[in-house]
Amino acid sequence: MDYSKYEPVIGLEVHVQLQTKSKLFSSDANQFGRKPNTQVNAITLAHPGTLPKMNKKAVEYAVKMGIACNCRIESLNCFARKNYFYPDLPKGYQISQHTTPICVGGYITISVNGNEKQIHLNRIHLEEDAGKSIHDAVDGFTCLDYNRAGTPLIEIVTEPCIHSAEEAFQYLTEIRKLVRWIEISDGNMEEGSLRCDANISIRPTGSSELGTKVEVKNLNSIRNVKKAIEYEIERMINLVESGQIITQQTRSFDATNDTTFAIREKEEANDYRYFPDPDLVPFFINQSYIDDIKKSMPALPHALKSTFQTHYGLSAYDAHQLCEDKHTAFYFIATTNYSHNYKAIANFILGPLKQHVNELGIDFEKISLLPQTLAGIIALIDDGKINFSTAANKLLPAIINNNDNPAITAEKLNLIQVSNEDAISTWVQQVINAMPDKVNEYKKGKKGLIGLFVGEVKKISKGKADPKLTTSTLEKILNEQ
Amino acid sequence: MFTFSTIAQYHNDLLNGTTTCVDAVRYYLQNIGKHASLNAFIEVFEEEALQRASSLDAERKSGKTLSPLHGVVVAIKDVICYENHAITAGSRILNSFTSLFSATAVQRLLDAGAIIIGRNNCDEFAMGSTNENSAYGPVRNAADVSKVPGGSSGGSAVAVQANMCMVSLGSDTGGSVRQPADWCGIVGFKPTYGRISRHGLIAYASSFDQIGIFSHNVSDTALVLEIIAGADNFDSTVSSTPVPAYSQLLHHTPYKPIKIAYFKEVFEHDGLDVEIKKAFHEYVGQLRQKGYIVEAVQFPLLQYIVPTYYVLTTAEASSNLSRYDGVKYGFRAALNENDDLTALYKKSRTQGFGKEVKRRILLGSFVLSAGYYDAYFSKAQQVRRLLVEQNDAIFEQYQFILSPTVPTTAFNLGEKRTNPVEMYLADIYTVYANLVGIPGISLPLFKHSNGLPFGMQLMAPQFKEADLLALSQQLLNAK
Repeated sequence: MDYSKYEPVIGLEVHVQLQTKSKLFSSDANQFGRKPNTQVNAITLAHPGTLPKMNKKAVEYAVKMGIACNCRIESLNCFARKNYFYPDLPKGYQISQHTTPICVGGYITISVNGNEKQIHLNRIHLEEDAGKSIHDAVDGFTCLDYNRAGTPLIEIVTEPCIHSAEEAFQYLTEIRKLVRWIEISDGNMEEGSLRCDANISIRPTGSSELGTKVEVKNLNSIRNVKKAIEYEIERMINLVESGQIITQQTRSFDATNDTTFAIREKEEANDYRYFPDPDLVPFFINQSYIDDIKKSMPALPHALKSTFQTHYGLSAYDAHQLCEDKHTAFYFIATTNYSHNYKAIANFILGPLKQHVNELGIDFEKISLLPQTLAGIIALIDDGKINFSTAANKLLPAIINNNDNPAITAEKLNLIQVSNEDAISTWVQQVINAMPDKVNEYKKGKKGLIGLFVGEVKKISKGKADPKLTTSTLEKILNEQ
Repeated sequence: MFTFSTIAQYHNDLLNGTTTCVDAVRYYLQNIGKHASLNAFIEVFEEEALQRASSLDAERKSGKTLSPLHGVVVAIKDVICYENHAITAGSRILNSFTSLFSATAVQRLLDAGAIIIGRNNCDEFAMGSTNENSAYGPVRNAADVSKVPGGSSGGSAVAVQANMCMVSLGSDTGGSVRQPADWCGIVGFKPTYGRISRHGLIAYASSFDQIGIFSHNVSDTALVLEIIAGADNFDSTVSSTPVPAYSQLLHHTPYKPIKIAYFKEVFEHDGLDVEIKKAFHEYVGQLRQKGYIVEAVQFPLLQYIVPTYYVLTTAEASSNLSRYDGVKYGFRAALNENDDLTALYKKSRTQGFGKEVKRRILLGSFVLSAGYYDAYFSKAQQVRRLLVEQNDAIFEQYQFILSPTVPTTAFNLGEKRTNPVEMYLADIYTVYANLVGIPGISLPLFKHSNGLPFGMQLMAPQFKEADLLALSQQLLNAK
């Protein structure tokens, strides 16, 4: 089948739980994993006579995300009620921003196959989460846990400008990175702090009209979003190619076989009867408030990536890798205060240190090696006192948890390279004497054998011979004979 | 022998030692028992009230100065939460529900030394004009037991009317305090929207609801208001405008001369009782003679206010009452083996809510639904805005608005049940204050030839409660 005849058009709706201390409209704690129904006061349970009271921190977090996504932050903000009945929705309506989203427009830059692309946002708005219905805990019953009810959420809605499953994958990866970077959410899809619904349609390539869309829900990992989109695109193309019609549906992803199945037809859509919530007065956001938040925010990954290339001379690849995570990026910057060998710092962070945190399964934030200690290690490499692989494999493990002085430790562990010409000359002479045949071959032009000689010197010096000096000494002696 | 005229007089008697808080509570408990057939209370906190009275007496005898509402016996409409006490909103759907917290108004009453004597019967979720829509049966008017007391705060009105408490709290969404006060011959006051916290007031229509006060006299209203009004962290819509000492401002003359407007169109209303119309005109004449400037102004929007009110309040109510779904608390219908979730909702709400509440939920859901939203809800919001503008214009030239409180005296029990539209039109003079958010008070001034009391309503600009209460005091003193 010729898939290039069709262009997929995808819009994503991402819900992010904000990690505020309390809920959006009540003083209840806002934590994941607590015993069911232990963060449920009268407001959360919608007892008669209760009123919502807005959490200002949630507004601040939403504004942060808006700034990070280059959005316009709106001055006038109202809350509306979205009315529907469901047991995990205590009030019988969800409080959400309907006509006045807090952030409008904006974009997120992703990179697909080395090419950058801007994914344009329609809006970001604030709303409250519902509780959880648990259908499989007690036979014949649905259990309700209202701990999550009222948790602040932002919903980030893209324009229908995503055209492949890979773009969607990169976009979500970027969103997750950003919310962690600016510390408004843990971005954990498995625990539901980040949730995604995908609106998918296809159209003949070159057309500008939108096709009938299908909304896919229950996507609990970034990988599944990608799989669901791939499946849907193929399903839709097959339908059209076989002369069938795509119907507007809500579908659910089945992770057991990577397919989707219909859960609702369009006709069953709810009439949510939105209207302004009379219990909450409109609130206004002014420019100085936005400026203050902006000042309090860390440098953002996209900006840092280019700084790393222009100011520190790193490759695009290294810059990108360092900016995968805020703590890694800022660890790099912290280390540059103590060492100017930027390339070596990047190599050390992206190599041995990354490997270390991966092996332990910890976040980079938890690393105990201080930037100045790392700079000390790099100084030893720069001075030729130790080589990279010895530093990474022998010195680093010895000081990664205690930050002992790198030079003293290297000395103690007998890792310092010998740069003494006499000592090296002696070792070189030993090797030449022991391998007359190879020496002859070398002299006849098999210059590649130099590596073998260097290796032999390394062996008898127990790794301490400075490899550069060894090479030059070898060349000097061999060329003289 | 305990007697009561004002809280000030009661406090004097307490200090003189001629009465005690226990005497007062016993007196009211006795009256409550005597008038049980009026059905003004859903629950009486007999033991608790007596205990509190006796500890207040002990406090006073130990020389402690009197708190502002020391020993004041208060009844509360059963839509106002009182911690660890049942609350029903006059509905079966809240059957066996206990509130976990006290309304801000109740907490402030308690902190000021008041004694809560019981919960008053009312129209279900404060929806009604006769107090016949209660799951706990109708309330009867003490002036004539064949008549209704008005609604929705009928129980609270009758509790004051028949001396079952000193003052009571009601709630006023479209006249639910002023109208029953009018029909029971007492003072009924609704403050500016946002003057008293709604925290702990069961919502009917959030942008209209205010707690109101029933009393025998204006000075008691002023005293209670200054205690319960003011900023509150639990309610985003409450105002932080400072609360003056209303009770100290009753004798000030706010303006000279005082300029009062009345709406010409009020007298074109078909349902206006001839005698009430006449009394109003004579009263206007008397006021003019006393030097007040009283003038008729045009108010062409009058015919739109009842429809606007019902569109907006039912819309808000349909959403406010969604939480009563049989899932979390309150009444849940018995279900059959194969009943699904929808059956749980339908049966619980069908059996739990009364007819009038269901009518308003349906109306409200209709006016908010796709396809009708613009024609009804949006249009009504626009009219509300126009009303606010006209109201502002009137108050640029006048300091008060005067009108009858209700077009008729109290209905017979059962009389208007069959015709809701006629019933809704009885609210024509009171809903205005809620639509534009201004304070209003119903003053007991007249007696009809049918033997029933009726009064006049006085309204003032937002947050001009001090002026409104001062003029009310003047008018009642001159009666």
